[in-house]
Amino acid sequence: MDEVFDVIIVGAGAAGLTAGIYASRAKLSTLILNEGAIGGQMVLTEEIANYPGVETVKGYVLAGIMKDQAKSFGCKIKSNIKITKYNLEGEVKEIELGDGKVFKGRSVILTPGGRPRSLNIEGEDELKGKGISYCATCDGDFFTGKEVVVVGGGNSALEEAVALTNYATKVTIVHQFGHFQAFEHAIHEARKNPKIEFIMESELRGFYGDGHLEKVVIEHLPTGKRTELKTDGTFIFVGYQPNTESLDGLVTLNNRREIVVDSDMRTNIKGVLAAGDCINKRYRQVTTAVAEGTIAALSASEFLRNN
Amino acid sequence: MKFLRTNLHEIESAEELQKFISENENAMVCCGRMGPMCLPVYDVMEELQEEKTNVKFAVIGFDNPEAASIRNAPECRGFMGIPFTMYYKNGKVVQATSSIQSMQQITGILDAKFGE
Repeated sequence: MDEVFDVIIVGAGAAGLTAGIYASRAKLSTLILNEGAIGGQMVLTEEIANYPGVETVKGYVLAGIMKDQAKSFGCKIKSNIKITKYNLEGEVKEIELGDGKVFKGRSVILTPGGRPRSLNIEGEDELKGKGISYCATCDGDFFTGKEVVVVGGGNSALEEAVALTNYATKVTIVHQFGHFQAFEHAIHEARKNPKIEFIMESELRGFYGDGHLEKVVIEHLPTGKRTELKTDGTFIFVGYQPNTESLDGLVTLNNRREIVVDSDMRTNIKGVLAAGDCINKRYRQVTTAVAEGTIAALSASEFLRNN
Repeated sequence: MKFLRTNLHEIESAEELQKFISENENAMVCCGRMGPMCLPVYDVMEELQEEKTNVKFAVIGFDNPEAASIRNAPECRGFMGIPFTMYYKNGKVVQATSSIQSMQQITGILDAKFGE
């Protein structure tokens, strides 16, 4: 693999695809290496209604347009790969894949994104798709006339709980704290819904069932008391975690495992930038990822001009 | 009638589905929608169809009435997450999975059931 790309982008979510559009349009030879689904968190969003200048659009459609835009400017995309090794120091950076191929670049933009957190408790892997779901839009209709549990206390949890009341007869929200982190309007909508009940200051400890989910065990955190709750389904919305495990020790991460960048999206390593859900920031939106992807590509371009 | 927008072959009728699985020794058919749990599986299939020449890949719309034989398959009893992904060898179901699957999970099944 002798080609040395001007820019290698790791990840093909909103930030990575935007960086790909800007870098390739600037005539930089650009390669995107993507481990997950193209579009990242965008494809997990049924509808995006607040992307300026675009009427309500399905997440996968917006992701598809961004991908086609990047490709139209000459950006190469290699997806469903597994990155096994980074060498980010030096003038030419190297990224090695599971099949032994090594890609080289003069700059690297890290946009590995994040992924939905799982609970990592007993029965979760075995009963995934058999009562345990991470997407109400996808699987809600399987629970028509049934009782379900929603785990989480953020916007996704409360909004999806309300959406699930279109199918389920009862939705029980289990949340670890005594208050919700969601926006006030989402809390209000959930609280006024007669089909929704709340179990606060509690966490799930296990999923049980013979071939499909039948019950969960819930622990009340202040007392440690455990109870069983019969349920047909559980939807898990407990936030996202940055995909930065393989970057630990290579670039500076904060205590939430997010990549630390400056306002130009530069990491602590020369020629290595980062953008999107993996960086240290408060707000995670498609628009913020797009903005950071733009800045990262422009910063990479400037770096290449000056070095 | 097509229900999906992918770069994979989309089966449109029950008759075509039957023909597809009986005429191909090893077949993987993913029955889903254009949703967040399904798209990653389609992405993996698109990648693998160039590499795994011993397997034929296809999709079918979950909302297509012609997909009833998959939705109601005994192997899918208890499934409550799309996509329903079926693996056929010589016309018989050898594995079925529910909900999102990773590249590693899918290649694991393909290698185990159809050989590397």
